[in-house]
Amino acid sequence: MTVLPTFDTDLSDITSTEASLRRFLHGLPGVDQVGAEARAASLATRSIKTTAKQFAIDLAISMIDLTTLEGQDTEGKVRALCAKALRPDPTDRDVPRVAAICVYPDLVGVAKQALAGSTVKVASVATGFPSGRTSLAVKEADTRDAVAAGADEVDMVIDRGAFLAGRYGQVFDEIVAVKQAAQPAHLKVILETGELSTYDNVRRASWLAMLAGADFIKTSTGKVAPAATLPVTLTMLEAVRDFREVTGRQVGVKPAGGIRTTKDAIKYLVLVNETTGSDWLDPDWFRIGASSLLNDLLMQRQRMATGRYAGPDYFTID
Amino acid sequence: MAERLAVKKTYKLYVGGKFPRSESGRSFQVTDSKGRFLANAAWASRKDARDAVAAARKAFPGWSAATAYNRGQVLYRVAEVMEGRYAQFVDEVSAGEGVTRAKAERLVGEAIDRWVWYAGWTDKIAQVVGSSNPVAGPYFDFSVPEPTGVVAVLAPQGSSLLGLVSTLAPVLAGGNTAVLTASYERPLPAITLGEVLATSDVPGGVVNILTGKLSDTAPWLAAHMDVNAIDLAGAAGDSAHARELELAATDNLKRVVRAPEAEPDWTAEPDLERITAFLETKTVWHPVGI
Repeated sequence: MTVLPTFDTDLSDITSTEASLRRFLHGLPGVDQVGAEARAASLATRSIKTTAKQFAIDLAISMIDLTTLEGQDTEGKVRALCAKALRPDPTDRDVPRVAAICVYPDLVGVAKQALAGSTVKVASVATGFPSGRTSLAVKEADTRDAVAAGADEVDMVIDRGAFLAGRYGQVFDEIVAVKQAAQPAHLKVILETGELSTYDNVRRASWLAMLAGADFIKTSTGKVAPAATLPVTLTMLEAVRDFREVTGRQVGVKPAGGIRTTKDAIKYLVLVNETTGSDWLDPDWFRIGASSLLNDLLMQRQRMATGRYAGPDYFTID
Repeated sequence: MAERLAVKKTYKLYVGGKFPRSESGRSFQVTDSKGRFLANAAWASRKDARDAVAAARKAFPGWSAATAYNRGQVLYRVAEVMEGRYAQFVDEVSAGEGVTRAKAERLVGEAIDRWVWYAGWTDKIAQVVGSSNPVAGPYFDFSVPEPTGVVAVLAPQGSSLLGLVSTLAPVLAGGNTAVLTASYERPLPAITLGEVLATSDVPGGVVNILTGKLSDTAPWLAAHMDVNAIDLAGAAGDSAHARELELAATDNLKRVVRAPEAEPDWTAEPDLERITAFLETKTVWHPVGI
């Protein structure tokens, strides 16, 4: 566990004023950059084979937020993606379903209809995704729209400009307001770590989002490079672990963007297991935001089942 | 002056335009026809074969979409660079195949000429095997050849350069990309050809060269669902192995060029058979008068 500064466990003291919030966030111990990168790199060398690999592949599939966030998205594409979410590999009924479909707010209704009666959730990005540069009123309306259309989960973006300028109070208040507007949906807060520059900022943003009531913290929008990386995810996993230690509330983590291969996905699962323990190795607490990753997992799965290398021609293009 | 100590080479694979070591970390000794040490070569594993297929697949859209004329120019350039390596090829062929220098020179010359011959076919093959078809209806109906895709080439075991060129060049001329397994006992001309390709204009991944035991990579290539065709020339004379590979290739209905009973005489005049073996025919019905 990261050694945290001693503070009153009454969180309302921390968040009552902007000054106390800043004092708390800047009082968090710095992230050892070299250490975090070395730790993530060393865990990435774990060799996961045979039955462990089979288990990891199925677990990773069940954790995927199957995502399409393109300007060119159509209702047809979303319906196709939903069909894939329900039955990722039509030739094999044993393949688990993915955790959720992630779309823009205007397509939530389509996804909801296509997934009716299933356990697959519908997540919607909101609050002026991906830049988040709209007024709070617009962000709230955007969120309410998505929830009214049936979204089970809302992926909001934080105002990185305000965060980097040190206006933590503003970011905090926005998350609280969006959380209010998103009821009863789950709220995932996207930190867009690619724009936060330092691991210290990632740790601060993670705590800020959790203090404001986030149910999940998510690395990236997928629109900014670098998207999810192992050291950033490690930093966020440490934050949720420490947060539960202090407050008793468990918060989920979702790396998104840039995770394309089975090997990558397994590295993240190892990271979760070694950082937070198996409590988080569950689709309720760890998600992977991806689109092309699913086909690679299916190809690896087929390779293990048949003993020959699979080809992309035999899986749907989403 | 003290006698100079020769620098013995340890060669690597040629995959995706780069020269990686084998994933297995293994290598094996290459000897001449009399058993004397020549060099170390990489011993490719099934994962190297997998990576090579991925590289070939990645290179396919670019290479197959290049104009036939452009492909011809690129292949002709390969022959130019081969000409520059003439002496090296002669050394390797003569040491590996145990033939006289004069015979080796003839074989190398013929191999370069054959490469040029296939390079010339890139923008002529469509005229020969394509057609405009007379049909009973108001349609302009035509058939054009298109490349099959990723082709695994098991290069001949005996003829280490001429045989190699005779199996690889037609695959490329048609617009396919290739994963080639070199002769196990005589891999040096294939490795040198890899160096030639890397320093000519052929895009990385269009040709990928694996060295090592055929039995380590060929079954994986034959069963690979992302390989569209396989040339079993390198399994000539081993009908049991060839049969196994043919069976493995049925899963995704690969095009298979069957292994001959014994290695053929590669100095014989080539024909179009090896080009057309890796071409698919697309027929288009285009309404006229609209």
